[in-house]
Amino acid sequence: MNRFPMWKIIVVAIVCAFGILYTLPNFVSKSALNGLPDWLPTKQVNLGLDLQGGSHLLLQVDADTVKTKMMDSLVDGVRDSLRQQGDNVGYRDLAHDGEVVSFTLRDPADEDKARERIADLSNIMPNGQRDVVITSDDGQITLTPSEAAITARLSAAVDQSIEIVRRRVDETGVNEPAIQRQGNDRILVQLPGVDDPDRIKRLLGETAQLTFHLVDLTSDVGAAGRVPPGSKRLPSIEEDGRTYIIKNRVMVSGENLEDAQATFQQGQPVVSIRFDGLGAKQFGQATTENVGKPFAIVLDNKVVSAPRINEPILGGSAVISGGFNVAGAQDLALLLRAGALPAPLDILEERSVGPDLGADSIAAGEIAGIIGIIAVAVFMVASYGLFGIIANVALAMNIFLIMAVLSVLGATLTLPGIAGIVLTIGMAVDANVLIFERIREEIRVGKTPLNAINSGFARAFTTIIDANVTTGIAAVILFVMGSGPVKGFAVTLLIGIISSMFTAIMLSRMLISFWMQRRRPKTLEI
Amino acid sequence: MYKIKLVPDNTAVPFLKYRMIAFILSAVLILGSIGAFLTFGFNKGIDFEGGILIEVGTETAPDIADMRGSLGGLGLGQVALQTFGSDTDILIRVQRQEGDASAQQDAVEVIKQQLATDFGDEISYRRVEFVGPTVSEELVIAATEAVIVAVLAMLVYIWLRFEWHYSVGAVVALVHDVILTIGMFAITRIEFNLASVAAILTIVGYSINDTVVVYDRIRENFRRYKKLSVAELINLSINETLTRTVMTSVTTLLALVALYIFGGEVIRGFATAMIFGVVVGTYSSIFVAAPVLLHIGLTHQKEEEDGFAGAERADGDAEEKG
Repeated sequence: MNRFPMWKIIVVAIVCAFGILYTLPNFVSKSALNGLPDWLPTKQVNLGLDLQGGSHLLLQVDADTVKTKMMDSLVDGVRDSLRQQGDNVGYRDLAHDGEVVSFTLRDPADEDKARERIADLSNIMPNGQRDVVITSDDGQITLTPSEAAITARLSAAVDQSIEIVRRRVDETGVNEPAIQRQGNDRILVQLPGVDDPDRIKRLLGETAQLTFHLVDLTSDVGAAGRVPPGSKRLPSIEEDGRTYIIKNRVMVSGENLEDAQATFQQGQPVVSIRFDGLGAKQFGQATTENVGKPFAIVLDNKVVSAPRINEPILGGSAVISGGFNVAGAQDLALLLRAGALPAPLDILEERSVGPDLGADSIAAGEIAGIIGIIAVAVFMVASYGLFGIIANVALAMNIFLIMAVLSVLGATLTLPGIAGIVLTIGMAVDANVLIFERIREEIRVGKTPLNAINSGFARAFTTIIDANVTTGIAAVILFVMGSGPVKGFAVTLLIGIISSMFTAIMLSRMLISFWMQRRRPKTLEI
Repeated sequence: MYKIKLVPDNTAVPFLKYRMIAFILSAVLILGSIGAFLTFGFNKGIDFEGGILIEVGTETAPDIADMRGSLGGLGLGQVALQTFGSDTDILIRVQRQEGDASAQQDAVEVIKQQLATDFGDEISYRRVEFVGPTVSEELVIAATEAVIVAVLAMLVYIWLRFEWHYSVGAVVALVHDVILTIGMFAITRIEFNLASVAAILTIVGYSINDTVVVYDRIRENFRRYKKLSVAELINLSINETLTRTVMTSVTTLLALVALYIFGGEVIRGFATAMIFGVVVGTYSSIFVAAPVLLHIGLTHQKEEEDGFAGAERADGDAEEKG
């Protein structure tokens, strides 16, 4: 094997060209990149939130609320099915305990009729089971939602929440937010460039369920007296301690909103809303029927205000006033535009990094990297002379390849990721060290330079593979099981392992072959 | 041209002769590490403990004692303050608050308000992190799983590529390294967080890499020298790979020391752990992983019976063709 095969030269050339070409955009400013012709690569390495500054929030959808709502709607469903115009099925004690819905028939003989009426509430799911299991025992009927149905409902709630979270975040003007599902009931929100996420946290903390109800005037509002059936007591958002008794029935809900904007009315910040077709019709009808009575605007189970209906409101527009300040009105308008969350979100974890710290980390990482490279390079030349220079060329190529692959994959470079690259610098020369030490040994037993080099590479090969596969296993496991910044570390480590094997086995081999062909040395200085 | 040679040619250190000393040393260190861990535990960061971490930058160096008094009086339990890298950079750590995640968030608000009262505009938030109790518990479980899975995966790989003696030896060395690193974290009080788990796994990767290189040579020498005793063979293999072992440790340490000195405060704990791990990993490859083979009954016979490993060499003997 005197000549290095042509196909290998081509492979090495292509890989090296790729490495350099795809690393270069990282040294060019964003604006300059836009001016480049299309065929040139323009992707830069994504910087993690810890490097560019930003906020990472882990949210959890409140599963209990989702379940309670599911039960509530089942109760409503039963009530609607049993009470039909002119043909009521008598029942009492219709309620749920969080797990099952149950009620008792006034006349046990109605059992078959009742079951027939509520049969529509139980449907076959894609997995072949029923979502709600209905059982009856001597006039008492129970409806039990299955585990799978609850899981499906939660999953749908998470999907819907993601959509709403995305809309709310987009409204705040954050650049390139990443919002994704994590596990069963969690949502990961990453907000680059946001170092003080308080406003966003506040926005995500509101469910923003808006409903309009009639105020129940049959009861003495101020007193702590009994709340009539079909009504409930809700606190005022403005005045501490003040409560309203309102009817459960929803006149119109926020789902039927088309738009919401913060404006001023008589110098006060207010939110003006516009209903969609259905909402406008419902609102128009309700206000026509109840002129002179007060109605309550309810947001997340708190009464924003309870104005009197002076005249029918038919245009589909209304104004919510409630002693807001400007920011409060703007946020409420934003929340109403984005829509309501199906359930409250809890913030489980927050990690926010200011832009200064990120910039400091990048600078520190760069300095550490450069000094590390210089130290290793000097040491390699001092130890192996010319061969050390070859190892250094391979090392430099290695760094280009890591940067290029990170850029192309769109992988995220984190602070631990930089640590991974610096560590790779130290470990990258390992494959070359293995080869060079083998060559030294072969020379010591009296082989010619060419034979020593050939067998040095061949013998080191299996060792390099075994040694790197084992390290690679650690990196893969870190990647699969790690989270966030640790994943970033694993990515750079893994790319580094692969590229260092390539540069050692292919690139340095090629350079040594070229050198041997030119010089044809009788003895080998290594 | 003068070249540095850290290990002279034809070095023949009787490593195996000292193996009992090494075993005793390792045993003492392991017991010490376990003892330290059981006595002191980890200085767990918020990743694993839950709680709040706030790094603030101020325009002039603040009086830490005043700050501690001011924040300590908020009724949030333990509040720890330290300068972080420079006098104007303060790390505030608050213990996990009773209750769920929202309790942590409320506490962050309280601290920010107090800092705004004390410092006004002269303060900037470099970092705000809080981790609720559920998440931190999950992170502990995931991290432990990751380390165990990694060690098992390597055990299987070495078993397949070599034979069971080697995989036992390698795992002994790995467990040795992991326990010593855990002991190091317990004694130095370096914060134990997610990056520390990454450090442990990297140490595992580095140490196994080192061990495999020595094992590879032992396997090769078993075929080459039929007459040497197992002890002589192992000793020869360690010596033959010694230059490489030392060289790679030195280059890796050079990079890590650069990271330790220049890489910034956040990464310093990681770099410290890695430096320790590289030293321990190098030691264990020479003094633990290789000598252990002798004690778990590796013989010439065993090596020859192993068909897979034997076949492996055929492509490696390229020098005959040259």
